[in-house]
Amino acid sequence: MSPGTLLRLFGAIFVLTVVSSFLMLIPNWNGMAGSAEADDIDTLLDVMIVLSCFVFSVVVVMLGYCLIRFRAKPGDESDGKPVHGNTKLEVAWTVIPTIIVLFGAAYSWIVLDDIETEAADQLPIAVTAQQFKWTFEYTDEGVTADELHVPVDQQLELNLVALDVLHSFWVPEWRLKRDLVPILEGNPTDVDNVMRVTPNEEGTFQLVCTELCGLGHATMRAEVVVESEEEFQQWISEQQAEQEQATGGSEAGA
Amino acid sequence: MPAALKNPGMTRALFGFLVGGALGFGLVVALRAISGLEIFQTEQTGYPHVIVPALTAPFGFLIGLGCFSYWFRWAAGAPTVPDDHSQHGAHSWKDYFRFNTDHKVIGIQYICTTFVFFLIGGLAAMAVRAELAQPGTQVVDPGFFNGLFSTHAAFMIFLFIIPIFAGIANYVLPLMIGAPDMAFPRLNALSFWMLPMAGLLFLASYFVPGGAFDAGWTGYAPLSTGAPLGQSFFNLGVQFAGASSVATALNFLVTIITMRAPGMTFWRMPLLVWANLSTSLLVVAATPFIAGAQFMVLFDRALNTNFFQEAMGGDVLSYQHIFWFYSHPAVYIMMLPGFGIISEVLSTHARKPIFGYRLMALALIGIVVLSYTVWAHHMFVSGMFSWLRVPMMITTLLIAVPTGIKIFSWLATLFDSVLHVKSTAMLFSLGFIVTFVVGGISGVMLGMVPLDIHMSDTYFIVAHIHFVLFGGSVFTIFAGLYHWFPKMTGRMYDERLGRAHFWLTLIGMLGTFVPMHWVGLEGMPRRVADYAAQFGDWNLVISIFSFVLGAAQLIFVYNVIVSWKWGPKAGDNPWRAKTIEWLVSSPPPVFNFDQIPRVVGGPYEFGVPGARHAIMAGDEGAEVKPAEPAVAGTTSGGGGGPP
Repeated sequence: MSPGTLLRLFGAIFVLTVVSSFLMLIPNWNGMAGSAEADDIDTLLDVMIVLSCFVFSVVVVMLGYCLIRFRAKPGDESDGKPVHGNTKLEVAWTVIPTIIVLFGAAYSWIVLDDIETEAADQLPIAVTAQQFKWTFEYTDEGVTADELHVPVDQQLELNLVALDVLHSFWVPEWRLKRDLVPILEGNPTDVDNVMRVTPNEEGTFQLVCTELCGLGHATMRAEVVVESEEEFQQWISEQQAEQEQATGGSEAGA
Repeated sequence: MPAALKNPGMTRALFGFLVGGALGFGLVVALRAISGLEIFQTEQTGYPHVIVPALTAPFGFLIGLGCFSYWFRWAAGAPTVPDDHSQHGAHSWKDYFRFNTDHKVIGIQYICTTFVFFLIGGLAAMAVRAELAQPGTQVVDPGFFNGLFSTHAAFMIFLFIIPIFAGIANYVLPLMIGAPDMAFPRLNALSFWMLPMAGLLFLASYFVPGGAFDAGWTGYAPLSTGAPLGQSFFNLGVQFAGASSVATALNFLVTIITMRAPGMTFWRMPLLVWANLSTSLLVVAATPFIAGAQFMVLFDRALNTNFFQEAMGGDVLSYQHIFWFYSHPAVYIMMLPGFGIISEVLSTHARKPIFGYRLMALALIGIVVLSYTVWAHHMFVSGMFSWLRVPMMITTLLIAVPTGIKIFSWLATLFDSVLHVKSTAMLFSLGFIVTFVVGGISGVMLGMVPLDIHMSDTYFIVAHIHFVLFGGSVFTIFAGLYHWFPKMTGRMYDERLGRAHFWLTLIGMLGTFVPMHWVGLEGMPRRVADYAAQFGDWNLVISIFSFVLGAAQLIFVYNVIVSWKWGPKAGDNPWRAKTIEWLVSSPPPVFNFDQIPRVVGGPYEFGVPGARHAIMAGDEGAEVKPAEPAVAGTTSGGGGGPP
């Protein structure tokens, strides 16, 4: 291969990488970002998109070049050049991808550590899933609800437990997901059932079950409301009042 | 007793099926009556009077067919019937419906049977897409929907992709290494006949109370341990498919290690042989894990054991560890044989030696070793102990390296080649490179823990597995079927229909699976019968393309049937390939070779003047001609052949 051809191939790979990366970075693939953790994850995805565009460009350009340049003429029964290999080249495409994926692993590890950093002040909420219903218990406030209301910019400590089969907790805008495993009180377990997330955008979102759990799996959703601290406190008080009213009649004076 | 019931055959097999079922049923009824239990236990996970016959009836069938006749006589000390070779070769279509020990017949049996399962699994997929074309419930109710996608995956994975590779290799591999047959022909026949039993069990689950198994092909506990009766049929069907895989893998290992023609050193084996060697190493060590996992679920269901039931002190997550310890290597069981096929097709149609042959073989072995160390990347969000995530992420990403080596080496093989793209086999191979790279890239993304936490269990995963299993495995399967069709049938297929099949499959595949990435990232979970209205438009697009994809496969079926019967004669070596299977007639003689060939060089010596891979018995004279010094020079290292 002449140096000119090589240069043109590199040029084509470069141009295709730039153009495809540019196009692929326009859409907001993951949708709205609603948590402090989401930005890190979205940035990692963007980096991976650019790397992927590069790898894809290399393959497509080389394949396209071979298809155009070396296509057999009709009736050509000759053989190609008997090249059996090239040690330098083979070492290169073993070592360079190794470096790239190790870079990816290190970067991912950093992001993982970052999104799992614990804040000093966390709001504990017990999340219980059962076929096909979500329940949220605010342990400190003594409130139980089937909607998840949380204050904005406050790290949540979600204690996840399933009552029957596996379920999975996912709010797409928060980017984080964790399965809820049946854990029986008193049984020894090493299940990691605490998920921490810091919502930073107010609004109403959908909590989706992402682990197949039976007939109602598709519709096992719950409303998630992220609101200001004041609104949240107000909601908690309302709930407390409501629940007192409900239980007050039977447990008067207790 | 009529002869049809006395002699092994399909009639006796069906009779054996009934007798086996009746014996199993009678055993349960009798034991329960003696024990003073209620005769019919019909709790959701119980039904012993159904489960036991579901196990004994298939054995009755296999015994009736004659799968065990030789061994039974041997075990009983009775004189064995010497093989009169009546079980070799096929003279009419009926010979494909009996116990046949010819590896070529078994190969065809495998391919045709698994292709029927492919069509069944495809129909299930079409029904799934029909339901998902619109939000809400239109075509099937959620329970039936869960059964549809579960059986779709079970058929495609256990009864199509894994066994059809075994079928292609069954036909081609012994020819390729210059062996007269597989090492254990009777075991080979038994391996095949266990597959229809598995298919029968999967299908039968549709007709039992509670409907088909609906906990996904992964069958996670405790959903599976508490699921209706159909789940037990999955547990049992997997046993037959798994036993079939393991027996075949052992057969391949022994065949490859001990039955290569003189002169075929390991470094002269075609890459398809290397690929099946690697695959078999995975199968024999990994498949027992899924067999174990499914037995444990079955025991939890039927025998009140407590492996996976938290309420009884079981460990829920251990199911996933055991399951994925098989099922991740299974991904490579479904891919490595395809890598082998691509190497054969590319080098032949590019008229070039495979670039970096030894590194290609070593990459396969590298994948085998690494693939045992990555299973927990399916469990990043499962709640397993968190320290395992980073090590598994690193090994997962590293496995991209040997896979990348293969892609780059194939591209380098095409460089400076004489590229023939007329053959449909070549089109599927070139298409495979593009689609598989996409699947590989999304796989690397999923391997990264922070991204996986977002993407796991969404349609992004569905997109990824279909790019790997359809754009990867199925494309290589079609490449292989088109490539060896002339060898298997002696006739050529219609290339124009083949090209139509390829392009419609490619367009249908891209249109179906590319948008799945997008809806997944935006928040659509997988395995749902219904979804939020915002995903409606893309799902309609996906469904339309999936019907194109499904319909395109009918072109292949038509092409194969018509060409098999009326296609033009193919000749021995229509692709001018070098490996041994092309040096015999099409289709090959019943016993493959009059004399075992001698291997004198590498398998892909395209463009090397005078180089040859193997010398057939008839060409002995050619060897001494001074015009071919390269051949004479290399035979000394080949261990010599028969005079």
